Amino acid sequence: MYSEKVMDHFSNPRNVGIIENPDGYGKVGSPACGDVMEIFLKIENDTIQDVKFRTFGCASAIATSSISTEMIMGKKVEDALELTNKAVMNALDGLPPAKIHCSVLAEEAIKAAIEDYIHKRDN
Amino acid sequence: MKVYLDNNATTKMDTRALETMLPFFSEIYGNPSSLHTMGQEAKKHLDFARNTICNLLEVEPLELIFTSSGTESNNMALRGVAKALEKKGKHIITSKIEHPAVKDTCKDLEKNGYDVTYLDVNKNGMVEVEDLKNAIRPDTILISIMHANNEVGTIQPIEEIAKVANEKNILFHVDAVQTMGKLELKPKKIGIDLMTFSGHKFYGPKGVGGLYVKLGTRMTKFMTGGHQERKRRPGTSNLSGIVGMAKAFEVAELEREQHCKQEKELRDYFEVEISKRVPEVIINGQNSNRLPGTSSVTFKYLEGESILLRLDYKGICVSSGSACASDDLRASHVLLAMGVPVEFAHGTIRFSLGKYNTKEEIDYVLDIIPPVIEQLRVLSPFWNEFKK
Repeated sequence: MYSEKVMDHFSNPRNVGIIENPDGYGKVGSPACGDVMEIFLKIENDTIQDVKFRTFGCASAIATSSISTEMIMGKKVEDALELTNKAVMNALDGLPPAKIHCSVLAEEAIKAAIEDYIHKRDN
Repeated sequence: MKVYLDNNATTKMDTRALETMLPFFSEIYGNPSSLHTMGQEAKKHLDFARNTICNLLEVEPLELIFTSSGTESNNMALRGVAKALEKKGKHIITSKIEHPAVKDTCKDLEKNGYDVTYLDVNKNGMVEVEDLKNAIRPDTILISIMHANNEVGTIQPIEEIAKVANEKNILFHVDAVQTMGKLELKPKKIGIDLMTFSGHKFYGPKGVGGLYVKLGTRMTKFMTGGHQERKRRPGTSNLSGIVGMAKAFEVAELEREQHCKQEKELRDYFEVEISKRVPEVIINGQNSNRLPGTSSVTFKYLEGESILLRLDYKGICVSSGSACASDDLRASHVLLAMGVPVEFAHGTIRFSLGKYNTKEEIDYVLDIIPPVIEQLRVLSPFWNEFKK
């Protein structure tokens, strides 16, 4: 059902945890739907220095959050904002049709965290 | 270690049943409907298998229709009765915790002009007989209630329901897929008019099931073809499957009490231990009369699939919700009907024990679960919020 990459990120999720006083924070999803993702960012000079996540959800929700943190690590915020659910899916060698929404959620979580950072920065 | 704890999904075949089947593939392969010697020999075995099951159920051979599955039997019963009695009325009563084979058939009948009442269950997962009485209308033609629920194992009060149905002269169908071979079941004595069962749930083969239909029950056939099963279910008889199912049922009935006791002891031990070893768990339906081997456990603040897969890595086969719903992302309709909050319903795992499970296996599972849950909870925002 799942690709080896999904199973790898599900079994050994990268960047799990939280960052105290994050520069950017995003939380998306709802427990009723079965998926909630939290993203914490540490950003210096518009560059992502560290990313952490916590996720309530199925294997693909955990895997998409995990790989998304790797995909934006070290990137400029404007580049990280370009992250799409399609790119997340490709990086995982695909997801079953019923689980595509997990990659959308990962994209939304990353964007929410970056937008939180931009909002703080510009105000 | 490999531990199979998904016996409500399907079971490993009993070797005695398997051996009974083998000659029917390449030796006694005649069609029971053929007039020649080989056909008649096959027919003899078909009759024998039918008699075996009917004697144990204490029903007449004319009252049993062999089918391909529990799903087919449920469809046959609901659609057949609905059609046959459409002039009498178009109201059907069922519950909110039925298997999709009943639930979705009812939904389909609704599209075709029938009116269906889905009875609530209480927090213990039980249909209340008073609710049933209140739901009955002059145009009610059928009541369909499962005997035991596949997800939480709660055993419904079918004796009392039968009394109500019989008094009101309404047909009563029971989906007994989870109880046949596990609990004592005499449909005539109870007052059941139609009863569904499936071979692979009691250590028989897959692809064969049955429907008991009390003599005189009006039911329109929903397939056309040959004269098999007294024209009620055309199609060449699945003789090997039927013979295997009959043997499996015979064995199950013979050993029922012993296996029930053994499964219940193991299940109770599992539940006591899991509640001790893992914080924040709920055992669903614990205060109800339940199937001896079924345990529905909610691990709060987690999602079921991630638990299922992590256990699978360790060789433990379980189910989240029901196997029939594994592509369905919605939380279990059974748990929601019992009033389990939706976020907890998502974190529920069904452990269903069978006659082959051992204490050693349960001890292994009890060792594996706590670290798996702990690791996943580290990931969960809700667990961390709760801990604060």
